[in-house]
Amino acid sequence: MSQQQAQKLAFTLLWGAASLTVLILTVILGYILVQGLPQVSWEFLTKEPTEMGRSGGIFSSIVGTLYFVAASLILAAPLGIGAGIYLAEYTHDGWFTSLVRFGIDALAAVPSIVFGLFGYALFVVALKPVTHGWSILSGAFTAACMVLPTLIRTSEEALRAVPQEYREGSLALGATRWQTVVRVVLPAAAPGILTGVILSIGRVVGETAALLLTLGGSLRLPRSIFEPARTMALHLYLVAMEVGAMDKAFGTAAVLVITVLGVNLLATWLTRRHLMRLLR
Amino acid sequence: MRRAVFERGSEVALFLAALIAVVIIVLIGTFILIEGLPAFERTGLLNFLLGHEWRPLQGVFGIFPMIVGSIAVTAVALAVGVPLGLATAIFLAEIAPPRAERLVRPAVELLAGIPSVVYGLFGMTMLVPIIRALAQTWLGASLDPQFRAGYSVLAAGLVLAIMILPTIINIAEDVLRAQPLEYKEGSLALGATHWQTIACVLLPAARPGIVAAIVLAMGRAIGETMAVIMVAGNTPVLPQSLFSPVRTLTSNIALEMPYAGPGAHSQALYATGVVLFGLTMVVNLAALLVSRRRVKRG
Repeated sequence: MSQQQAQKLAFTLLWGAASLTVLILTVILGYILVQGLPQVSWEFLTKEPTEMGRSGGIFSSIVGTLYFVAASLILAAPLGIGAGIYLAEYTHDGWFTSLVRFGIDALAAVPSIVFGLFGYALFVVALKPVTHGWSILSGAFTAACMVLPTLIRTSEEALRAVPQEYREGSLALGATRWQTVVRVVLPAAAPGILTGVILSIGRVVGETAALLLTLGGSLRLPRSIFEPARTMALHLYLVAMEVGAMDKAFGTAAVLVITVLGVNLLATWLTRRHLMRLLR
Repeated sequence: MRRAVFERGSEVALFLAALIAVVIIVLIGTFILIEGLPAFERTGLLNFLLGHEWRPLQGVFGIFPMIVGSIAVTAVALAVGVPLGLATAIFLAEIAPPRAERLVRPAVELLAGIPSVVYGLFGMTMLVPIIRALAQTWLGASLDPQFRAGYSVLAAGLVLAIMILPTIINIAEDVLRAQPLEYKEGSLALGATHWQTIACVLLPAARPGIVAAIVLAMGRAIGETMAVIMVAGNTPVLPQSLFSPVRTLTSNIALEMPYAGPGAHSQALYATGVVLFGLTMVVNLAALLVSRRRVKRG
C-alpha cells in the first residue's frame, strides 16, 4: 500500500469517527425528544404529579428545580467569583496559587455521589438546625460545593482577559486596588463571568447523584427552601427506576434536555458576543 | 484611614474565598473518613477491600466485586471511547474543513451538556434492549441465562464511552493544536504525507497530553453514578463476562444509602466512598503529574 493510499484510508477512518460522534448525539437527542415531546403539554408542565408520578405533571419538580438552582447559585457565585478575583488580581503564581489550583482540580474530580455522602453528613445531619435535614437548602449547599471549580476558573479567566491598560489607567487616576477591581475590571469582565454562572446553572440542573442523598425527593410542591423537594433530573430518575412510569420519565427527560441545552446555548452565545466585542 | 481598613478587609475576604476549594476538599476527606473508619475497623481493611460478599443484612461487607465492577466498566468505556474520541480530535485539529468543524464542534459541546440521568434513560430503554436481543439470539446458546437480561458491563461501558467523549475530544484537540508548527512543517518538507506527519510526528509529540486526557476521562468514568445504575443491573457479584450484571462503587452508595439505617450499613457505604474518593484523587494526581512532565519537557 502506497503512502497516498494509507493516508486515504486513515482519513476515511477519521471522517468516519467524526461522523459517528455526530450520529451518536443525533440518535440520543432525537430518541429522547421523539419519545418525550408527545408527553409534554401545558397540563404536563402545570399539574402536580399524582400516584408517585405515575400520572399528572411535573409542576412541583419544575418549581423545585427553580428554588434549588437559585439557592445554589446565590451560595456559590459570590464565593466563586471572589476566589476568581483573588487569583487574577491579588496574587502572583507561587505556592499559594499552586495549592488553590490543586484544590480546584481535586474538587472538580470528586464524584458527585461522594459530594452526596459529604452533603448528607454535614448539611443534612450535622447542620440540621440550619437546613432542616433533607431540604432544598441542604441540596443547594452540596451543589454549591460542586460548581465552585467551574465558577472560579471561568471568573479568573474572564478577569485575566481584561487588558492590563484598564488597571493601569484606573490606578494612575489614584483609585485604590479595590476601586479598580469593582469599578473597572469587574464590569469589563462581566459577560465572561456571567457565562461561567450560566454554565454552572446547566451543571446544577442536570445534577442527580448528590441530590439523591440531600434533597429529600419529596413530590409535594415546596413552599420554602427548608422543605424537601425534587428537581426534574431527580424526578426523572425516581420515576424511571422506582415507579417504572417510562412515559412520564421521557416527558421529563425532554423538558430537562431542552432546559439544559437552552442554558448552554445561551452561555455559548454570550461568550461569542463577548469575544466579538473584545476583538473589535 | 477608613479606606485603608476597607482595602485590607476586602483583600482578606477575597483571600478566604480563594481558600474555599481547599477547605471543602479537606472537609470532604475528613467527613467521609470519620463516618467510614468504623467500617474499616470492624471488617478489617483487607477484608473490606478483598471480601467477595456484600450482605448488609448479615453485616458482611466486602467491596471486591464493586472494585472489579468499576474497573470493568471503565475499561470497556476507555476501549470504545478513546479510539473514537482521539480520532474525532485528530479530525477536528488536522483535517476538518470549516463546514464539518461547524457541525462536529457543537455536537461535542451538546454531548457534554446532556445530564447523566438522560444518558441513563437512553441506555436503559435503547442500549439494554439491543444487548438483551443480542444475548438472547446470537449468543443465546453460549450464555448463562442470568446473563441475558441486557443490563450488563457492556451496557454500562458503552454509555460511559459516550459520556467521556467530550473530555477526550476537547483535551486531545487542544493538545494537538498546541504542538509547534515547525514540527509539522519540518515533516512535510521532508516529503512525508499529511497522515505520516500526524501519525509519526504530531501524535508522539502530543502523547503526554493525550495520556492526561485519557486519565481524566478514566476519572470521570469511575465517578459516574446515575447513568451506570440505570443500565448495569447492579448485582453485587463479581462480573464473569461482558454480559454480566455489575455493580460499581458509585452505584453501591447511591442504591443503598437512601434506605441504609445509621450504624454498620451506612458506615460501610461511607467506607465505599472513602475508597472511591481515594481512587479519584490518585487518578487526578496521575493526570497532574503526566501534564507537568509535559511542561518540563516542552
